[in-house]
Amino acid sequence: MSEIRLIMKKEDYETILEHCRKGLPNEACGLLAGTVEGNVKTVTKVYLLRNIDESNEHFSMDPKEQFAALKDARAAGVGLIGNFHSHPESPSRPSEEDKRLAFDPTFEYLILSLQEPDNPVLKAFEVDKEKNVFVHEIEYV
Amino acid sequence: MTFTIAGEKKEYEEGITLKELIEKEQIDNPDYVTVTINDEFIDKETFADTRIKEGDAVEFLYFMGGGAN
Repeated sequence: MSEIRLIMKKEDYETILEHCRKGLPNEACGLLAGTVEGNVKTVTKVYLLRNIDESNEHFSMDPKEQFAALKDARAAGVGLIGNFHSHPESPSRPSEEDKRLAFDPTFEYLILSLQEPDNPVLKAFEVDKEKNVFVHEIEYV
Repeated sequence: MTFTIAGEKKEYEEGITLKELIEKEQIDNPDYVTVTINDEFIDKETFADTRIKEGDAVEFLYFMGGGAN
């Protein structure tokens, strides 16, 4: 586990969980705005986006919604620091496709597994340019 | 000529095209990048013909997606 920590409010976690449950049976997705100070990344806002694939095995974000979130984050004086998506029927770990499409090594890639409906699992990952995966600790406040 | 990329000021020669800018900025995986100039989405087919102008605001957005397998 790398030393990078992601700090997130419990209500933001609940927002992500609710969005992903509402999106079932399909994958759901969204973006995270926040700050980066040294090894600490802090989520300041969660953006709930549509999965334009409407699939339970794939997701794609709408570039227009991505851009709107980017503009909103900038206006608030922060940046986009990560994204999230759900795995309705598989564990919280980046798939080969997730890794292939993870283009930003500075981004936090969060995956919420709903494989066990009563036991959702959210994990944060870094994917470097060589597609190595590192798990980051999530601290809820 | 001065314009911004992701909100940061950049200096490039007059008449630079979007295609040239992507090369000079060494944008990885350009096939997966969407570009806006002054909040307008630019069609990929026109990157080679689109010239950046003084004061433009350019943004590069990576495709974000994935799958469960």
